[in-house]
Amino acid sequence: MNSKLPPPLWDARCKACWFVVGLIVLTGLSFWTLELKWAQFFSTDAFIKMGKFVGELLLPETTPRFLAKLGWAALETLAMSALGTLIAAVLGLALALPAAKTHADDAARWRGITRLALNALRSIPELVWAALLLISAGLGPFAGTLALALHTAGVLGRLFAETLENAPPGPGFALRTRGVSEAQVFWYATLPSVLPQLLSYTLYRWENNIRAAAVLGVVGAGGLGQMLAFYMGLFQMGETSSILIAMMGLVAVVDAVSYGARRVMAA
Amino acid sequence: MSTANTPSARRDPAWAGRVFWLLAGLVLLWPLLVLTEFKPWTMLDAASLKPTLRFIGDFFPPKVEPDFLLLVARETWRTVAMATAGVALALLLAIPLALLSVRVLSVSALTGRMATGPALLRTALRWLMIVLRSVPELIWALVFVRVVGLGPTAGVIAIALTYAGMLGKVYAEILESGEAHATHSLMRNGSSRSQAFLFGLLPQNAAELTSYTIYRWECAIRSSAVLGFVGAGGLGQMMDASMKMFNGAEVATMLIVFMALVALADRVSAWLRRGLG
Repeated sequence: MNSKLPPPLWDARCKACWFVVGLIVLTGLSFWTLELKWAQFFSTDAFIKMGKFVGELLLPETTPRFLAKLGWAALETLAMSALGTLIAAVLGLALALPAAKTHADDAARWRGITRLALNALRSIPELVWAALLLISAGLGPFAGTLALALHTAGVLGRLFAETLENAPPGPGFALRTRGVSEAQVFWYATLPSVLPQLLSYTLYRWENNIRAAAVLGVVGAGGLGQMLAFYMGLFQMGETSSILIAMMGLVAVVDAVSYGARRVMAA
Repeated sequence: MSTANTPSARRDPAWAGRVFWLLAGLVLLWPLLVLTEFKPWTMLDAASLKPTLRFIGDFFPPKVEPDFLLLVARETWRTVAMATAGVALALLLAIPLALLSVRVLSVSALTGRMATGPALLRTALRWLMIVLRSVPELIWALVFVRVVGLGPTAGVIAIALTYAGMLGKVYAEILESGEAHATHSLMRNGSSRSQAFLFGLLPQNAAELTSYTIYRWECAIRSSAVLGFVGAGGLGQMMDASMKMFNGAEVATMLIVFMALVALADRVSAWLRRGLG
């Protein structure tokens, strides 16, 4: 008899129902407590402001002097990301070694504490690191480079540690049974077998870091972002527009290169 | 055994190559160091070392006065709320964008090539989504803070726009990646496109779509905490203010809360996605 009826809409044991209720409550509370200024956003004043903004953005600044400055800032962004990633790879590997338990007899005494350090490095975003580092490294690309390096070291260190733990144990075991020292086992057995994987993780993070480096400057840490914050603060929209175009162009070029490289490598 | 101990066998065969690559790397590194003004010794100047040490020394103990903790809790909730509201608004944009741009639901494509009009519309929508997501949310926030003033409104709009582009693109990809047979059969036999979507395409992909949305919500929490640095409210804005006043104790508390928040969002999201199987 009952089977002809549609299933009941609400059932206390239905997990999806609770999930949906929780979702609706969370979303409702979010909108309710945020005091969003929609009236201001949809006011004619905001529309006029927006219109003026967009109108001015359509006229990018193209004097050669400014473009040269822009190109320099783009180069600085690239350099920040490259050096930051390089430092991160070295630091990440240095931290990954104590964080990995590579063979059964490895006591891995430092595993817990280095994992904790890697997690801490990783869970603080680049931008927060940059803001913190401004105090000791001063305004400019150096703070941005260090910020990228610290955050990425956490990310890469964790990935590297996992790679080291999953490395094929055979060659290392063969050397170890002959009494070869731990350092030599690493250089001649473990590292060569995991190097391609480590390189591919590093390149992938470099790609991410170029994007991050472009915006990092907003807090004063060099590159295109710092220029953007500067000109936007002065409401010089022509310059702002050129910088935004340069940022999007840089990201598009990186995307295209990485897409192409992946296809070439897969083929 | 005897050969292993002769000098020639003990020498590293890859030695020359390693030295060469090391030197080549150093030559390439030089311009990078110049461009990034890489001068670590400036950090050891008395002028920058002193404030740094004082700031870091201030970290311990973190500030735990009840009034301050209440304030931090309020801003933490605001960070979560900004992310949730942003993703909710992003969905309002992303779902229509994805439905309009997905090729499986094209009637004309059922019988050969898609007609020119619909094909152009789909390409245009795809470009719109590319533009939306290629501007980082921090830049959107910077723009909208100028328009609507300081506070969470700019952050919510920034998250909504960037995530609309990301979610729309990935939704369309998920819907197109699956088996289109059931959907096409429904449409060939006279069901409307909305029926074909609700009864063919959606049930097939619902778990994957939900799982991706939850993952993006987790990402949104992380980015909404950062958006405050350009004045878009939440934990970031508070942290920015404390850093500018060199108040190490406050910064330490907020960093701990921030790490806990990220870890919690990570756990909740992993747990929910595991439930989806």
